[in-house]
Amino acid sequence: MTVHLVLFYLLAATAIGSALLIVSMKNLVRSLFLFFVTLFAVAGLYIFALADFVAITQVIVYVGGVLVLMLFAFMLSNRALLNDLQEGVRGVFALPRWQALLVATSFLAILLFVAVEIGENEPYWITEAQDNQSIIQPQDNTIHHLGINLMTRYVLPFEVVSVFLMMALMGAAHLARKEEKQS
Amino acid sequence: MITLAHFVIVSAILFSIGLYAVLAKKNAILILVGIELMINAAVLNLVAFGRYDGALYGGQTFALFAIVLAAAAVAVALAIILNVYKHYKSIDPDDINELKD
Repeated sequence: MTVHLVLFYLLAATAIGSALLIVSMKNLVRSLFLFFVTLFAVAGLYIFALADFVAITQVIVYVGGVLVLMLFAFMLSNRALLNDLQEGVRGVFALPRWQALLVATSFLAILLFVAVEIGENEPYWITEAQDNQSIIQPQDNTIHHLGINLMTRYVLPFEVVSVFLMMALMGAAHLARKEEKQS
Repeated sequence: MITLAHFVIVSAILFSIGLYAVLAKKNAILILVGIELMINAAVLNLVAFGRYDGALYGGQTFALFAIVLAAAAVAVALAIILNVYKHYKSIDPDDINELKD
């Protein structure tokens, strides 16, 4: 039990710490690579919520796809960045902008207030689920249940998402293509 | 067993960091990273609440959908950023201040 909690706090500290470093680093490539660390730590947190398939999807989609795409676009779009890398650690931390800091911290205060409220008196459907023992247990086969639900109850959102994904890929290919010479 | 409040607090902190990145950063790609952080915080909430839905698995299913939609959004957004860079020679949102060619 305590091992669980220690591991959870470790992963949460890794996620939050690397996210804070992302926003405070001046070097943009370093902060992009730190984003890897955040994504892995958040995937570990998903496993603690007993969502192992979502965690694996997170690693495959984000680390395998999104981050490589981001690095690729970054290398294409910013040449001054490479000079910045070679100059070393000049100005590691950027100064925070106070307006953005104010908005973010006040939003954090609201969210934390709601989180504490939820922790004290949980919604009725959660207590109901705890009474009925219909919580997901660690020994449940989540992938089996997810597959069946995806193909029966959630088949309409599944198809909508697949069509949307095709549209998005076609749109991205159209936007990124080289413009032809107009004759 | 880790309680719900733990997950909600962690995702609240991640969401605020993402919000700060969106508001304060001077680079369009880092703003995109901030949006991704916010989406990850939301997915963490979905997964943590979905634990109490043992019959339908609604939380985990929609977490999967959210991850897929975020990937599609990143592909389109990066294509737009590349086009903007081609046109303005900069990806600082403060420099991008006109609509016409």
